[in-house]
Amino acid sequence: MAATAAHGHHHKESFITKYIFSQDHKMIGKQFLVTAIIMAVVAVILSVLFRIQLGWPGESSSTLNFFLGDTWAPDGILDRGMYLGLVTIHGTIMVFFVLTGGLSGTFSNLLIPLQCGARDMASGLLNMISYWLFFISSCLMLYSLFVETGPAGGGWTVYPPLSIYEQATPSSGTGMTLWLLSMTIFVASSLLGSLNYIVTILNLRTKGMKMTRLPLTIWAFFVTAVLGVLSFPVLVSAVVLMLMDRTLGTSFYVNDVIEGTEILEASGGSPILFEHLFWFLGHPEVYIVLLPALGLTSEIVSTNSRKPIFGYRAMIGSILAIGFLSFIVWGHHMFLTGMNPFLGGVFVFTTLLIAIPSAVKVFNYITTLWKGNIKYTPAMLFSVGLVSSFITGGITGIILADSALDIPVHDTYFVVAHFHVVMGLSAIFGMFAGVYHWFPRMYGRMMNTKLGIVHFWITLVTAYGVFFPMHFVGIGGAPRRYYDYSVYETFDSNQFEMMMDLNVIISIFAIIGALAQAIFIFNFFYSASRGQIAPQNPWKGNTLEWTAPVEHIHGNWPGEVPTVHRWPYDYSKPGMDEDYCPQNVPLKEGEEEH
Amino acid sequence: MGMKLIVLVVIVLAVIAVAQLMRVYELSSKLRGHKEEDVDLKTNNTNAGLMLVFMVVFFGSLFYMLYKYGNGMLPEAASEHGQDIDWLFNINWVIVFAVFFLCNTLLFWFAYKYSYHPERKAHYFPHDNRLELLWTVVPAAVMAVVIVLGLMTWNKITGAPSDDAVVVELYAKQFDWTARYSGDDNKLGYADYKLVNGENPLGVITADMIEARLVEIDQIIADNQLKLDAFNSDSGQVIVNTANEYKLQHEIEKMGRIKIRIIKMQESFSDSVYVLAEDDYTSKGLFLIVNQEYQFVFRSKDVIHSAYFPHFRAQMNCVPGMRTTLKMKPIYTTQEMKEKTGNPKFEYILMCNKICGASHSNMYMPVRVGTAEEFEIWKNDPNVTAKVIGGVEEEPIVETEPVDSFETDIELR
Repeated sequence: MAATAAHGHHHKESFITKYIFSQDHKMIGKQFLVTAIIMAVVAVILSVLFRIQLGWPGESSSTLNFFLGDTWAPDGILDRGMYLGLVTIHGTIMVFFVLTGGLSGTFSNLLIPLQCGARDMASGLLNMISYWLFFISSCLMLYSLFVETGPAGGGWTVYPPLSIYEQATPSSGTGMTLWLLSMTIFVASSLLGSLNYIVTILNLRTKGMKMTRLPLTIWAFFVTAVLGVLSFPVLVSAVVLMLMDRTLGTSFYVNDVIEGTEILEASGGSPILFEHLFWFLGHPEVYIVLLPALGLTSEIVSTNSRKPIFGYRAMIGSILAIGFLSFIVWGHHMFLTGMNPFLGGVFVFTTLLIAIPSAVKVFNYITTLWKGNIKYTPAMLFSVGLVSSFITGGITGIILADSALDIPVHDTYFVVAHFHVVMGLSAIFGMFAGVYHWFPRMYGRMMNTKLGIVHFWITLVTAYGVFFPMHFVGIGGAPRRYYDYSVYETFDSNQFEMMMDLNVIISIFAIIGALAQAIFIFNFFYSASRGQIAPQNPWKGNTLEWTAPVEHIHGNWPGEVPTVHRWPYDYSKPGMDEDYCPQNVPLKEGEEEH
Repeated sequence: MGMKLIVLVVIVLAVIAVAQLMRVYELSSKLRGHKEEDVDLKTNNTNAGLMLVFMVVFFGSLFYMLYKYGNGMLPEAASEHGQDIDWLFNINWVIVFAVFFLCNTLLFWFAYKYSYHPERKAHYFPHDNRLELLWTVVPAAVMAVVIVLGLMTWNKITGAPSDDAVVVELYAKQFDWTARYSGDDNKLGYADYKLVNGENPLGVITADMIEARLVEIDQIIADNQLKLDAFNSDSGQVIVNTANEYKLQHEIEKMGRIKIRIIKMQESFSDSVYVLAEDDYTSKGLFLIVNQEYQFVFRSKDVIHSAYFPHFRAQMNCVPGMRTTLKMKPIYTTQEMKEKTGNPKFEYILMCNKICGASHSNMYMPVRVGTAEEFEIWKNDPNVTAKVIGGVEEEPIVETEPVDSFETDIELR
């Protein structure tokens, strides 16, 4: 990231204040991005390792041995405990470090001041602290992979009592402690960031930037930040109570258990309490991951279709509706915990309501493409990919939200397929789209388009190749987090054969897809240092960030911050010479504002 | 180590080589006046065409999988409520597939059709209230149907069991299951985790079991006291000894407190409670009578498990320190399912479906469904290991051990 040769600063800075302990939102955004890319590489490698096990169970693999050594993969055969560790850390890193810290952290930081017309974030210092806390928590999480008893292995949902007692599973020792500490620090980082975003959006918009003239990106970041502020503290409470159960002998989450051979006195708590607290964050978290991706792509689809986003107000409305509903649906993760069936019914109702704003969003995206004039930049390709995965993954949610139908597919690969497509793919496609689109803004250089296109097609095909067959595996009755499916071999060989066939295909796609990401990483780092110098407004966009100079300067604009006169979606407006019209261009005489 | 180093060196060299190639490419495209931000028309059209190709391949592979694996589903549901679930599934599939094809087709079709052309200008179409109303109201209406049908089925499945439902307890622990049949009175004896020991793996409460456990606890305390006394006379290794002493002291105190809790529990029970457990019997396999409704009660010893019967479309978590229930009526015998699936080796199964430790995927129990006569024979067979349900030889499957007297802390409805 030191590649950004920035000239023309208002005042001189030392290397440390500029690149390391920077308080400039653009640099902090880049720091988040690069950290997230490193974390993503780790998480992808972990997933390839467990895919090797699932595709070719019990076969010796030199790759496993190469990465995990003789401790965890003696003779190339994966240790059962480590398998769960890989799954757990893959999930944790992807959900929190890549798709929360990486996506929201990067683009909220980069775009909120630039698109609102602010000189910087409300508090540069808090912003810097936010990044460094993120960095520390990333390091702790990575470090947990190297402890003697292995990383946390209770699934990314870390349900107690499994994740409380070392007697229950060895990975609940040091690895779990590190997981909890890392998450606590992560939440602190996220809270500082989110508060900053909210304050900046509410208070530091430039003249004329009414809330109804904000780009949808900013609306999405705003609602995301609000969700984070309201839900992450609940995770901290859940995590702190668990730390107390582990170290101080309290029993918030435990009642009458025997772990291993040891009878414990802990009494009066409930594991279900943890599930409620966890999912009270966990479900909004899904939208914390998803909304920024939807916001970024709304902007990209509009710009590259050369058309206003269809139904701007409906898009804002659905972001708000999704944000609100996300707080009253967490129980759909818990239909089968023994929760009162009536309460389950209430959660069915609220959950299925989310389908309505989601449908509005999908149809608005599609209508934006209709009669557009679409330019296929890599960013646009990934945005189309996002809409497709949002559709494909979203509709299977109808099945999972329906408690009766959830019974046979709960905790199977159907769930894995559903959330990977709707949340994983959509968010990562949104993130890729964002990187390709705003790379010129971040590094002042262009990424290579051809490599971007190749990267997109391989990624799209392999991503569906991985997650689409998983629906079949799941409906076929394959529980998730299974080391292998040999259980089925003796009982129901028909199902077993299907699972084995498909698991091989899935694993092959996973490996190709993972390797293809090297194209992106190469393109990213190469272009950051040597790419073609970017023009000021490469995509002919309307939003304010394209009015700022290519070189990064403190305060973003050299003179006055531009004044805003119109909404950001005046593309191909009749009566205009160009097919775009930046927000700072005053309305012509007699021109109607959309 | 040497291997890893070579791999690393190769990767680094490859990256450098590619970077150099890129440099050449960049320079040559600079000479041609190529700009990265301009996607040329040909590339743009290719991408648009690929959108359509992708759609065809995508849909095609879905049809191929449907053709090859049927609907991918498990064999027909073998329980009464499972049939309702499958029916509801089919209705939902129609909706899911309709939306899936409609939206993806529109998306990829428009993505193909409206690709960039320099002559054309995009249609300025910022909003249309009628259209937006349409795609708010239609999804809302469809969701209303889904919700109503879903909740009707859900309420039916989770409603109270009928009076003639047979009560069976399934006890989960890392990493196996034990079934406890409630016997002739159809009432499970009470159980408590404080009584769990080698003799009484489920912690069933009877007068004898309580006495035996109290004796055992006294023994544990006495043994630990002996060890502690031995330490006191030891010298050297002060820190280690102190730690061990502390540990033993703690253990003694803890067992003392547990003993007091057991005695208090004992005081509150009478013979009318103990008698409930007298006809209970346990087994490592599960045998169900066809067309008989069952009320399962789940307990867990250590961590959360989940009882997953895929072929019956039934699942319920087993939460330590809590009881969960599930009612179910199997409608096909194992024999009938063998014929239906055309698989002579078919057996029902109970799996664990909540991550519970390293051997999670090995935690299962064979399940067999048969007639009432077959059940009687199974139940009364004293040759415990002979009853291998599910044909897994190495499982010491069926231990029918009648327990004299048991009891639970909650009255079962």
